[in-house]
Amino acid sequence: MASLKEIRGRIGSIRNIAQITRAMELVAASRMKRAQDAILAARPYSDEMRDALSRVSGAVGEEVDPLLARRPVRRVGLIVMTTDRGLAGALDANTVRTSLRFVAERASGRGNGAAEVNAVTVGRKGREALRRAGVPIAAHFPRLGDRPTFADVTPIARLVVQDFLDGTYDEIAVAYPAFVSTLTQRPTTSTILPVQQPEGLSEGEAARTDEYLFEPTPEAVMSRLLPHYVAVDLYRAVLEANASEQSARMIAMRSATDNAHELIDDLTLVYNKTRQATITREMIEIASGAEALGG
Amino acid sequence: MPLQLEIVSPERRAYADEVDMVIVPGIDGQLGILPRHTRLISALGIGELRIKKAGTEQVLLISGGFVEVRPDKVIVMADLAEHSDEIDEAKAIEARKKAEAELDEVHDPMDMTRVRAALQTALMRERIATRRRSRG
Repeated sequence: MASLKEIRGRIGSIRNIAQITRAMELVAASRMKRAQDAILAARPYSDEMRDALSRVSGAVGEEVDPLLARRPVRRVGLIVMTTDRGLAGALDANTVRTSLRFVAERASGRGNGAAEVNAVTVGRKGREALRRAGVPIAAHFPRLGDRPTFADVTPIARLVVQDFLDGTYDEIAVAYPAFVSTLTQRPTTSTILPVQQPEGLSEGEAARTDEYLFEPTPEAVMSRLLPHYVAVDLYRAVLEANASEQSARMIAMRSATDNAHELIDDLTLVYNKTRQATITREMIEIASGAEALGG
Repeated sequence: MPLQLEIVSPERRAYADEVDMVIVPGIDGQLGILPRHTRLISALGIGELRIKKAGTEQVLLISGGFVEVRPDKVIVMADLAEHSDEIDEAKAIEARKKAEAELDEVHDPMDMTRVRAALQTALMRERIATRRRSRG
């Protein structure tokens, strides 16, 4: 059995840990509120943009803009969004697992011929995990801070658009934890380029070229709309990932704090029992000593 | 038949209601949209978006983005959308002065475009604010 001093030391250090995780929980909670508000506010815009683009791109055809080009997919660029420092439960592990499944799916071909996936990582945890898994990493960006702005995303968007245009990649996809609620984050992969047609578009809704009026011209509109859309979609993924990270971290830190308190309770019990046992033993020693002397 | 209008920016949904007419600042000039307009998509410039509803007019500052006209509604996806009563005139003047000063310093074409856009946005804010004040 451990000595009283050892147990006291352990209780002390666990209490320190609980204080730290409690502080991290509070920090994450305040950031979480902001991050959740940001993604909820950004969704209508990004949904409308995605909607409009998929309808309009169906109307213009591939020849209007090179960003609509559907090529046989040989090389895929996958942008993986993770945290820098973890401490967010299974969040990063889930994102990485989804990314690796995506890599495996593309490698097996799905009937289109095998494609090789290169990763562009945002956040350190993703880079470390993918490197261990042997996925080639084409570029890395540090995580964009707790208040990512649209301007922060522009360099990444520019890079992937450039890579798509010059044929480095035939498909650009993004893997990120979608924010569902404080308790739930869903790891997601979605294709950004080429632009996806909306699923289940009814006959009446499917637009044809002659139905749309473009101001000033289809080319001029698409050449602005498409790069902008890539940035908007990425920005959304960044906001989703950020809201998920803060939520997952708050929950992880809360359960760490709870666990620490439980441990402290258990150890306190052991401590008291040990102390009691020591006192009893000392009493017996004194009593038997007195008996021996007086005997 | 009223027109269903929705204005969204990356930060928020700035407007959603039924209106009689909307005039948007297209990239090559103003575009008036009435109900039963044909499908249209246009890039937006920097300027005023005017909403007409039951004889009243509401003004928003719009900067960049796109407008899509669908059979059932009009969607304005603006990079920036500010209601006229949200505009702070003093801040607008300050932003204009800053942009004007910057304009003389920058030479990189990318920066030039950015500063010009900032200047134009500030000027438009000022104009909307001034008009709001003169109306009382």
